[in-house]
Amino acid sequence: MMHSSTASLIAPRISQLPPRAGLGLKAEHFKDVLESLPDVGFFEVHAENYMVAGGPFHHYLGLIRERYPLSIHGVGLSIGSDTPLNIEHLQRLQTLLARYRPRVFSEHLAWSSHGPHFLNDLLPLRYDLSTLQRVCAHIDQVQNTLQRQILLENPATYVEFDQTHFDEASFIHEVITRSGCGLLLDVNNVYVSCVNHDRDPLAYINALPLHAVGELHLAGFAEDIDQSGQRLLIDSHGAPVDQAVWALYQQVLECVGPVATLIERDNQLPVFSELLAQAELADCYLLTTRERT
Amino acid sequence: MRLQEAFSAAVLDSQQPCPRGLVSRNGHVESRFAVYRNNVQKGLINALAFSYPVVARLVGEYFFQEMARLFIKKSPPDSPIMSTYGVRFADFIGDFEPARSLPYLADTARLERLCVAAYHAADAWAVDPQVLARMLKVPESLGQLHLQLHPGVATLDSPYAVADLWAAHQNEELSQGLDLSLPQSTVVLRYGLSVEVFAVRPGYTAFIRHLQSGHALGPAAEHALHVDPYFDLSQALALLITHDAITDLSPAPEISP
Repeated sequence: MMHSSTASLIAPRISQLPPRAGLGLKAEHFKDVLESLPDVGFFEVHAENYMVAGGPFHHYLGLIRERYPLSIHGVGLSIGSDTPLNIEHLQRLQTLLARYRPRVFSEHLAWSSHGPHFLNDLLPLRYDLSTLQRVCAHIDQVQNTLQRQILLENPATYVEFDQTHFDEASFIHEVITRSGCGLLLDVNNVYVSCVNHDRDPLAYINALPLHAVGELHLAGFAEDIDQSGQRLLIDSHGAPVDQAVWALYQQVLECVGPVATLIERDNQLPVFSELLAQAELADCYLLTTRERT
Repeated sequence: MRLQEAFSAAVLDSQQPCPRGLVSRNGHVESRFAVYRNNVQKGLINALAFSYPVVARLVGEYFFQEMARLFIKKSPPDSPIMSTYGVRFADFIGDFEPARSLPYLADTARLERLCVAAYHAADAWAVDPQVLARMLKVPESLGQLHLQLHPGVATLDSPYAVADLWAAHQNEELSQGLDLSLPQSTVVLRYGLSVEVFAVRPGYTAFIRHLQSGHALGPAAEHALHVDPYFDLSQALALLITHDAITDLSPAPEISP
């Protein structure tokens, strides 16, 4: 059977997450969540952490899933890979999504596997025509297998490539138009990449297909300097959201309206109440946006 | 060499050159590429440190990082599921010359791997205690009973007292008073949501392994007695029963297709 893009099957912007702040769910906080049942819009988990047979991870996620909307975020599909997608991994993902029926599934515009090896990081792509075709073909394969729209996250990058045909925002625009996937706009990644490559964050954001935004991510970065002494920001997920990223978030909300927003924190994990305070702050931004529009 | 192939080789091995074709606004690509190299190596080192916390504490942070870095270069992950990364780490440690002075380190890693596997093992529920009691009351058929054990049950026989070492590290105790030179057998299982580790007589592990490979209760107990003349079947069964580790009982062997 010839099959083409799933674009025609899927209406744009079908995120079913409430326009609230959500939190990344960490095993360290399972009990805090179930004991205090905080007023959080949704929880998000990394798909690969739950690709295990049984035990506490499934036990707690099952209980939390009964009480909150869930979003599943993949870090291992390697959609930008120059080798075929790992079918076994895609099938595991299908099983996981069938079990938990999350409101949203998202992945990254990046690659993380080469041949048999998984590198456990989100690596950058050369934005040329062959990458565009490959990424779209992979997204079609994923959306057809999972029978749902996925959201694709814009990356944080530290280098760029020669012989590119698109700037990143136009590349994302093309991918979303051709594949019919949605956009997970990571505001921290926009800020990190724009500082690293000397771009204007607002111009970058305005060049994105904002109608397709289904979720926003906020996170903290680490700061370094490169050989020439210029600021080099690193998407570390190990710090609170920076003031500059909150300011950019405000501007994003003015463009897209209130959209489900995740506070991501994977490293140097603070106590749960500290994460909750960041979610409450994001909720304040969302509420103000709602009132204004 | 294709771009991702060169990129992949260079992030895993710091001696490899930075891949060609990278640019940055100021021309300084090395320190920027180094972020990826650092993220990949740190990420994988952290994944290993998470699965092997006792090994990491025994050798200290710097030694662990360097040992892990060499392991990563030799055996990068072959799956995106990080909880399974490092199944070959114990063998690597066993052959790692600089760790020779800690001969129990490889078995400590083996024990930690069994703990991770037990934590994420498939769920299974203990057999109905009434059924269990009824079956165990019929001495003439007892020997032919086949016991199905929980998927998290695992065993380790070591020439070193690694279960004691592991236990000391769970309670932040100092392991200096331990006599690690004594051989020790260990049973690992998941009871409820917690992984538990028991230092046991060698007959227990022989018994459990025989059950797991499909032998009936009688032959498994005989084998255990052969390994350890002091093997006590009722105590071994009590350990399994009180930790919900027997998940099915059948009078005849399961016939696999």
